[in-house]
Amino acid sequence: MANEAVVDDTGRSIAVVEGLQGVVTDWSSDQQAFKRVPWGKAMMWIFLLSDTFIFACFLVGYMMVRSSTTSAWPNPSEVFALTLFGKSIPLILIAIMTFILISSSGTMAMAVKFGYEKNRKITTILLVVTAMFGASFVGMQAFEWSKLIEEGVRPWGNPMGATQFGSCFFMITGFHGFHVSIGVIFLLIVARKVWKGDLENMKPGFFTTRRGGYEVVEIMGLYWHFVDLVWVFIFAFFYLW
Amino acid sequence: MSESQEGAKVEQQQHPISTYFWVWGGLFVLSTLSYMVDYMQFQGLLRWSLIIIFMLLKAGFIIAIFMHMFYERLALACAILIPTSFLAVLIGLMWLEANNTNMTRDTYLDEGSGVMVTEHGSSH
Repeated sequence: MANEAVVDDTGRSIAVVEGLQGVVTDWSSDQQAFKRVPWGKAMMWIFLLSDTFIFACFLVGYMMVRSSTTSAWPNPSEVFALTLFGKSIPLILIAIMTFILISSSGTMAMAVKFGYEKNRKITTILLVVTAMFGASFVGMQAFEWSKLIEEGVRPWGNPMGATQFGSCFFMITGFHGFHVSIGVIFLLIVARKVWKGDLENMKPGFFTTRRGGYEVVEIMGLYWHFVDLVWVFIFAFFYLW
Repeated sequence: MSESQEGAKVEQQQHPISTYFWVWGGLFVLSTLSYMVDYMQFQGLLRWSLIIIFMLLKAGFIIAIFMHMFYERLALACAILIPTSFLAVLIGLMWLEANNTNMTRDTYLDEGSGVMVTEHGSSH
């Protein structure tokens, strides 16, 4: 299929391919804009940019329905209060979830560092710890969902006030929880790669068959920190506001 | 610097572990502070400004240090951060729209019932 070669802006020659395959090679043909950045990292950043717009749409939609409704908005401080040791503590579960997610970001950042140092054992442990933090976060969210569903909160109404509260809550936290769940799965996949030494030997990946070194851990980290980042905004605007 | 699979030079993000511990600790402190905003039941402008300040500080630390944006080349930072800043336009427009909707509802809708109020009393 390769007919001729052209020289790109870095002086390397690249094959010109026809047909559908040509579309793919043209769009990925080493016209490098982001110097010294592995291609996977640039692509992850662009994915995260698009994800930012998705979450922004949810949060802006939430802002719109909350400030346009004429009925009273339920007080999150009371809705998410939990009775511990016979005392009602406002928002305590959400606070614990926040600290768990921040801690998982801390262990993730260190996994990236030890990955580049090729310390496979520590990197694997840190990745698995990160995944465990993530899994416990999803568990607490499941607990919170079932508590609210039991209290009669539905996407179309709730006993505490404005009907839009339920739809915003399930949509926003649900989409975020889905991101965390996917992240946990990917963390475990990357942890397994590190443990087996796949990244050291640049073995082709499971999904993409692309070869990757330890930048894979950093790319995974970008996704994970982003999930933490989105939670910062949800915590501020949905739970604290 | 190291060799990637294409043989091109790529930059590695290597920073002292103490940096991460400091940011981690900072995020804990900021989260505690924003939780205290609710616990102490601050209300009104004070509450909203504190929430926004702590949120932006946390987000800034995560993006700059944990996601290494501070150490990346400016081209990459611009490609990601400039499009994101356009969201301010969306937020501003929707804020105006929401307030307008709220005002119309206050003026023309019967309190909470969703029934239109006309000159001859309520009708469907």
